[in-house]
Amino acid sequence: MIKDQEFLKNIASFCIENSKKLGATDVGVKVIHSVSENVSFRNKKLDESNRADSFAVNLTTYIEKKKSSINSSDLSKSNLEKLIERCIDATKITPSDENNSLPDKDLMSKEIRDLNLYDETHYPNNKKIEFLKKVEETASTDEKIVNTEAGFTENKNNFILANSNGFLGGYKTSNFSSSCVAVSRINGAMERDYEFGSTRFLQDMMKPEEIGKIAAKKAIKKLGPKKIKSEKIGVIFDKRISKGILSTLASAISASAIARGTSFLKDQINSEVFPNSINIIDDPKIEKGLGSQNFDSEGVETNSLKLVENGILKNYLIDTYYGKKLNLKSNGRSGGTTNLYFENGTLSFKDLLNSEKKFLYITETIGHGGNIITGDYSVGASGFMVEDGELTYPVSEITIAGNFKEMFKNITLANDLEMKYSTNAPTLLINQMTVAGK
Amino acid sequence: MSNFFKETDIDTSQAEAIVTETLKNCDDGELYLENHKSEAIVLDDNKIKSSTYNSDQGYGFRAVTGEVVAYSHSNDISKESLRKSSENLKDTLKSKKGTYNHEIPKTNSKYYENINPIESKTFNSKIDLLNSVNNYLRSKGSIVNQVTANFLGEHKSIEIIRSDNQVLKDDRPLVRFNVSVVLEKDGKKETGVYGVGGRQSYDDYLKDGSWKDVCDEAFRIANVNLESKPAPAGEMKVVLGPGWPAILIHEAIGHGLEGDFNRKKTSAFHNLMGQQVASEGVTIVDDGTLHQRRGSLTIDDEGTPTENTVLIENGILKNYMQDRLNARLMGTKSTGSGRRESYKHVVLPRMRNTMMLSGKYSQDEMISSVDKGIFAVSFGGGQVDITSGKFVFNCTEAYEINNGKIGSPIKGATLIGDGPSILKEVSLVGNDMKLDPGIGTCGKAGQGVPVGVAQPSILINKMTVGGTKL
Repeated sequence: MIKDQEFLKNIASFCIENSKKLGATDVGVKVIHSVSENVSFRNKKLDESNRADSFAVNLTTYIEKKKSSINSSDLSKSNLEKLIERCIDATKITPSDENNSLPDKDLMSKEIRDLNLYDETHYPNNKKIEFLKKVEETASTDEKIVNTEAGFTENKNNFILANSNGFLGGYKTSNFSSSCVAVSRINGAMERDYEFGSTRFLQDMMKPEEIGKIAAKKAIKKLGPKKIKSEKIGVIFDKRISKGILSTLASAISASAIARGTSFLKDQINSEVFPNSINIIDDPKIEKGLGSQNFDSEGVETNSLKLVENGILKNYLIDTYYGKKLNLKSNGRSGGTTNLYFENGTLSFKDLLNSEKKFLYITETIGHGGNIITGDYSVGASGFMVEDGELTYPVSEITIAGNFKEMFKNITLANDLEMKYSTNAPTLLINQMTVAGK
Repeated sequence: MSNFFKETDIDTSQAEAIVTETLKNCDDGELYLENHKSEAIVLDDNKIKSSTYNSDQGYGFRAVTGEVVAYSHSNDISKESLRKSSENLKDTLKSKKGTYNHEIPKTNSKYYENINPIESKTFNSKIDLLNSVNNYLRSKGSIVNQVTANFLGEHKSIEIIRSDNQVLKDDRPLVRFNVSVVLEKDGKKETGVYGVGGRQSYDDYLKDGSWKDVCDEAFRIANVNLESKPAPAGEMKVVLGPGWPAILIHEAIGHGLEGDFNRKKTSAFHNLMGQQVASEGVTIVDDGTLHQRRGSLTIDDEGTPTENTVLIENGILKNYMQDRLNARLMGTKSTGSGRRESYKHVVLPRMRNTMMLSGKYSQDEMISSVDKGIFAVSFGGGQVDITSGKFVFNCTEAYEINNGKIGSPIKGATLIGDGPSILKEVSLVGNDMKLDPGIGTCGKAGQGVPVGVAQPSILINKMTVGGTKL
């Protein structure tokens, strides 16, 4: 059973009181309890069951402008007393930094709205097993599928965030997720692909048959890939990976990257960064949203932000510390974005594929080839060739490369946005990237 | 050494009784207890950005029968919590019957001292050194735009209680010291990153001003990159430098030789045992027994002593890396490769220090044999798709080679290749094997564990370089 708010509040208060007693001038603390149950299947048999019951306390103490932190999983008072003492000792001898402080009181979240983030339904392991059986049965109907793995995870969380300025808030959240990985084989060569669903409420979970079917279909479609010749070509990003463009944007416009001068978008605020048809929104208050929150990791109220409007960069993602460095107020983005998405484009998926004679359609990238400082981008990729609007054959062992500054300006969006993850993008085309192959 | 049952309502013999009772119808399993202390002290942007101390303790209770793993973990070490976990495990495995394998070799030697690196250097002296790093690098001129440096230290005590009251223990120190510098010249910015570490105290890596060498190396890499031109795109010859570039070995074949993927037949290597998978001069081992190295372990996280496992000998595939579960199901023995990130994670077969051994050629011979290609000296991260065998890694320092001579530095580019065929493309193996500086962390199934790599210079006949210049 997940612990109630009272239990977590007591620990948070204990930490604040003890820190103050030992000389802290300010204190911030987060107390978290989570219970997670996972069952996984492989080739229609039970493979693993895993139950996790975890506590965490994250405490930051300030003495004027000096700051230090401790994290612990042991909530016993004797352990916490020892750690608080250690934290205060470290705080005393850490050099001060004029930007260290709790958030301004007037920015703190005042009320907690029920965003429908908690489903108390418990899905017992025998139900998970039935679900996974269906996933795998559907995934393995084609003889080309030689291996399937499927998993179901149920998570329940509760937390309290508090500080010595009187802020205290927290709420329960839940998450149900299920995935299927299918391995296909032809002529001794194998490919793998997957499908994945994640929801706040059990009733919103994809049907197991759908998860299995999609994973298998995708894995089979990838069989027998070719390596293509190196060329410059328009690259279409499948929805599973087009959201990565938004994650890159989020890193590049975080106040820390801007303040440290380590972003390729430094000094680009109020400049045209994308084509003028593009709008990018970060909305924390979406009901049942996977990235939804009432306040950020410092307790600052978060509201919907237009990061990019008509192609123009309008807002950074600002926390208290780097906000002070930039002389800007926190906009509740300590901890990053919430539900981040591109507003839909105008072209249908089909029209996008038909907008030129030939494209490369990418369904998966591997490697960490994005450089936020220079904007240079180079990753391994696999997908399909598109000729006359049709996916003609699978492609692998190639790379795609470019520079984000150029890539951002050459984006065309389809109108098939779905809210499936916390960061979501429609299918998108980037005109002219360098593909390296043979 | 931690006493896990001090200040709890349960003692060792009661815990042993619960373990024995829970596992009586199982093939394997254990109660794994862990106490983990770690610290991170970060200097960034001329300031001590953060100092954090983490204290984590808990248990992972595992029961295994056939192919099925039941796992339950908690940070509450108490009678009630263990009982609940025990019920949970028994419920999962209720329809199965196994025979407990009591055999666990006890031949281990210690490969590191039981020191706590966090306590063996004062907080003040760490702060002082970070400030010295900042001042030293910034004194190199206004070209220095940003300096980040950090200390990451940890001490982990583990205790493994098996069904027959066998108790196995290990205490593991680990440190890392990293420096990252951003240089700016003519409106162009580039980064250089370097670090050192292993299973000793910080001062073993930093004494006699050797921290300056770390700064100098980060500065040198950033400086080289300031002069870099766009990288070429397409297939060409690639010379890899010695040491850290061996993450190619780690990604390209290491993961594909882990027991779980081969038992499940999802690795591109699963049907290649005993076959020629590499050129004749290529021998690759995975060694957990190197003194004080980042990837070394006295015992693995199932209690098996680590060893030096030969994976590929003169081009022939000899062994997979095994934990107890996969070894049992494949009818072989654990190679001491069963590892987990923490008590919150199940055991998986993992790499330790993965090394390609020296051959007979000099690096000069390799470079002078290349008409057109690249020379890659340092890498960032890599990744592999086990099933298709395709892998990538990112160059952080590389040069073009023209007519047998090293030319201009080139921008960071991803290299992509095919695991099962890449080692057949290795045409020359160098005589200059080097270990990496002790900074690697390998990710698998969401679990990060410290690893090492080593290799000599090698010449690869054909690889795809993912630059922008056609």
